[in-house]
Amino acid sequence: MKNVLGAAIFAALIATTASAEDVKPMEVAFVDGTVEVSLTGKAGDAAEGRKVFANRKQGNCLACHTNADLSEESFHGEVGPPMDGVAGRWSEAELRGIVTNSKMMFEGTIMPAFYKDTGYTRPLDDFAGKSILTAQQVEDVVAYLMTLKEE
Amino acid sequence: MNLKPWIAIAAISLSGAAFAQDSSSLSVEGEALLTETAAPEHMENVDTIYSGWRFRSGETQALQTDDFDNPAMIFVDKGIDLWAKVDGTEGKSCSSCHEDVADFAGLRTTLPRVEDAGLVTMENLVNECRTERMGAEAWKYSKGNMTAMTALIGLQSRGMAMNVAIDGDAAPFWEKGKELYYTRVGQLDMSCSNCHEDNYGTMIRADHLSQGQINGFPTYRLKNAKLNSIHGRFKGCMKNIRATPFAEGGEEFKALELYLASRGEGLVVETPSVRN
Ligand code: HEC
Ligand code: HEC
Ligand code: HEC
Repeated sequence: MKNVLGAAIFAALIATTASAEDVKPMEVAFVDGTVEVSLTGKAGDAAEGRKVFANRKQGNCLACHTNADLSEESFHGEVGPPMDGVAGRWSEAELRGIVTNSKMMFEGTIMPAFYKDTGYTRPLDDFAGKSILTAQQVEDVVAYLMTLKEE
Repeated sequence: MNLKPWIAIAAISLSGAAFAQDSSSLSVEGEALLTETAAPEHMENVDTIYSGWRFRSGETQALQTDDFDNPAMIFVDKGIDLWAKVDGTEGKSCSSCHEDVADFAGLRTTLPRVEDAGLVTMENLVNECRTERMGAEAWKYSKGNMTAMTALIGLQSRGMAMNVAIDGDAAPFWEKGKELYYTRVGQLDMSCSNCHEDNYGTMIRADHLSQGQINGFPTYRLKNAKLNSIHGRFKGCMKNIRATPFAEGGEEFKALELYLASRGEGLVVETPSVRN
């Protein structure tokens, strides 16, 4: 059923991206839904973040948000607000909070928490105890969102 | 009964309506198949209920409007063959005891129902006859023989309104199903309601979200080119949100099926429907 080799490679990839200095998912400090400090202690890579945003197995943010900057991708969902100009509406700390765990900002939202690894009911075994994105990927996405300014 | 081209359906598109679901109407042999109606009293957050057909593209909709084009009908034909096929130690076929499958008209609208303090689905009834009356092996819950038979039996109720009992003995099962419908599960941490109640009518990536109604099951999906059971669909939705699905034919999915059937109260049976 499972591709053991694929799983091993995947685990190795995770190991290279999740570093010991990262703030652990359950230790992220929220203040009114915002997260002030970088989860990795470094700035994210916006180009990588753009990929994570579109990738169906990673952020898959396009499932719910339209985004004119990714017009080459087909099928933008419309469950949440458009991402165009989002950097003008929210600060970096607010965006980090929203991506890390949007439920701290928007009570009862459908938007998943992307950096939270416990407290789930019946997660599939492959995902149990894991967050959807790594700290690095969250920072990359935040850096990317910061580039989405109104023309 | 005559299972060949008894149906001529026209999809009439009404223009200008500003609904998220489209405004096409479905009619069978000149008789309208209701695809929207007032929500039953027990639904607190929805005023109008719609068939999933209303959220599909024009091409997908068209496949369901003519039984010649409906790819599910091949499987209904297979169901007719199985109906007459002798199987098991008793040397009987379904037709040995049930004169005409048309006698099952109306059955789909009332399932699942309570029997001997448990909830039974159409699949359970079919397998009960196989194991206890034919001496045959139970069919797998969502596999081809079973979905062919539930499509054939469900078709006998096409056009009849969904009408499951939710009070009396059924009440505890219904309550359990409701709780499951509103419980967030999986790594994506969503409940059925997050998509099918709060966001129906909107696009989630390439998919147009419907209300997740079950009046058209088993449904033929273009995605896998076969009939899909109700519990098979529940399982798929749970896996999409990275949740461990409950067992097909298990107590949780039966309760959820009862609750969903009650959310479709008044919509008519469309079995076998076509979806992407
Ligand atoms: C399942 C749907 C869904 C997914 C997937 C999703 N979001 Fe959201 N998002 C929403 C909804 C709905 C809102 C509006 C908040 C609310 O629930 O009231 C929102 C709000 C936001 C906001 C605030 C926007 C504003 O202008 O107010 C940002 C920023 C955001 N999401 C970013 C993301 C990013 C980045 C991802 C991917 C890592 C993502 N979202 C994935 C549904 C989703
Ligand atoms: C040996 C006789 C016999 C055979 C063979 C048989 N059944 Fe039955 N079936 C019954 C009886 C008796 C009942 C119960 C009828 C009742 O309670 O009114 C029943 C009930 C049912 C019901 C529930 C009907 C209702 O209204 O509740 C379904 C559906 C059904 N059978 C399908 C099948 C199918 C499909 C087959 C072949 C795979 C089959 N049966 C084979 C005797 C048989
Ligand atoms: C992330 C959003 C999402 C969640 C959560 C979700 N579904 Fe779905 N579901 C879909 C999509 C997308 C489809 C296909 C398009 C449609 O009909 O909405 C679908 C289809 C269905 C259908 C088929 C409808 C038809 O007309 O054939 C049923 C039934 C269903 N879902 C039930 C459920 C149940 C029960 C749950 C909770 C266990 C659930 N869904 C959770 C997204 C979701």
